[in-house]
Amino acid sequence: MPESKRCTDVVVIGGGPAGLAAASAAADAGAEVVLVDRNPRLGGILNQCIHDGFGLHAFGEVLTGPEFAERCVARAVEAGVDLRPDTMVAELTPDRVLVCTSPGSRTRLEAPSVVLAMGCRERTRGMLRIPGTRPSGVYTAGTAQWLTNMANVRVGRRVLILGSGDIGLIMARRLTWEGAEVVGVVELLPYPSGLPRNISQCLDDYGIPLHLSHSVTCIHGTDRLKRVTVARFDDNRRPIPGTEFDIACDTLLLSVGLIPENELSRRAGVVLERTTSGARVDDRYMTNVDGIFSCGNVLHIHDLADWAAEEGARAGRHAAEYAAGAAPSDRLDLIPIEPGPGIRYTLPQAATRTAKRLLVSFRVVEPSDDRTAEVVAGDRVLASLTLRHAHPATMAQVEVDCGDGLDVDRLEVRLR
Amino acid sequence: MNERQMTCILCPNGCEIDVRWTGTPTDETIRVEGNLCPRGVGFALEELTHPKRTLTTSVLVRGGVEPQASVKTAAPIPRESIEMARREVARVTLDAPVAIGQIVLVDAAGTGVPVAVTRAVPRRATERSAD
Repeated sequence: MPESKRCTDVVVIGGGPAGLAAASAAADAGAEVVLVDRNPRLGGILNQCIHDGFGLHAFGEVLTGPEFAERCVARAVEAGVDLRPDTMVAELTPDRVLVCTSPGSRTRLEAPSVVLAMGCRERTRGMLRIPGTRPSGVYTAGTAQWLTNMANVRVGRRVLILGSGDIGLIMARRLTWEGAEVVGVVELLPYPSGLPRNISQCLDDYGIPLHLSHSVTCIHGTDRLKRVTVARFDDNRRPIPGTEFDIACDTLLLSVGLIPENELSRRAGVVLERTTSGARVDDRYMTNVDGIFSCGNVLHIHDLADWAAEEGARAGRHAAEYAAGAAPSDRLDLIPIEPGPGIRYTLPQAATRTAKRLLVSFRVVEPSDDRTAEVVAGDRVLASLTLRHAHPATMAQVEVDCGDGLDVDRLEVRLR
Repeated sequence: MNERQMTCILCPNGCEIDVRWTGTPTDETIRVEGNLCPRGVGFALEELTHPKRTLTTSVLVRGGVEPQASVKTAAPIPRESIEMARREVARVTLDAPVAIGQIVLVDAAGTGVPVAVTRAVPRRATERSAD
């Protein structure tokens, strides 16, 4: 066993918007930062998101995904981050030792702070357990996006999309522009899960029908997908007998949810939260493992890259502070933040007592209008936020001014 | 009095707006409700009179690390011009290296709006070293 050796102050795993922002912020705060990413091209999934709508919050202008990525990379270079693409982390220990592999070499890194920013992957057909045959032509929406926008491969001619997540909606328009016929979007829930503006500009603009409370119950075809059976589903998400109908298509895209990619985190002993499938973190974005931070889609799924980048920047600053020894680990005295009525989850899930300001991100359970979200301690309301349209597809944020520190046992976010 | 509901697509807020107008929609005759910011009024007016969209697609690249580069119209163009602009862009092939901002077409579908590269594509190394 080689002697322990500090290589740098902060290692960031993942070079998407969250990781790049974390690395830049940590470097700006004075830390020496190494960022590793397994892909040859930095920027993560932004590179294949060639549509526009990024950057309004982060850069004050409307950018496409690749342009947003380029800005994030340029900012990291300017901040002096040691960027290492083509480098995959094979091992991460609770002591923050990393074993990395890249073409032709294997390196060992060690740092007081590690920021997890590995992003997420898509739910697949296997996870949905859709019955039927196993023909070609069934893709996750993101894979179809990569094939269309990065590899110049035509995915199909007559396309049905299962799930109304944003990637599926964006691909409905993209494939229409590429000359395919998109015959519809099928959504299990009684409301769409993508952003309203994507329903408008990707479906409504092209007359693509959205079938709410419907899902695919069977896949047909031997070599290539021939058709799928669709049925109406009830409120308990069960198919209603007699409502089945067939849709002829050679391509089925799945846009049915994203899963944080936490294999490395788990092996490092990071405790995950059931609702988010990401780490439990405090307001510094530190996980239960001292010195391991988490941000972006590996922590919880964001609806906007801009928010993932902002979160990354916050996590990066805390990681730099911890590496400099300025931030002690005081996790024994954390204040839990819990989701109350109407709230699916909160992030962070705990607050340090010394926090000056607390930014709580949350998602609601179901859509409703004219609501107020409150952060409460007992019967004391510490902060509130008016939500004209509360929607699970939209992450909301409320800020708590903690004054000279929080002297409470427990915080709750609730919807009124 | 005419009335239409629409979703403003200018930012991720995606405001659901109610638009009312009499006669020809203009700054004076239009009334917009539900918008969180003043840009909603401009969007509604444009949407009623001359809807525009930004086209984002790809062009082929010869000799690059990837076979295509992403492109966009430098500004939104009339919605009815999107299809022709897309066909024009589809005929373009660039040689690597390709830089962000590089102009692919000077005038997309007669709109006067250029089409520019949004993702740089470096040249592919012709020979890789042994290790």
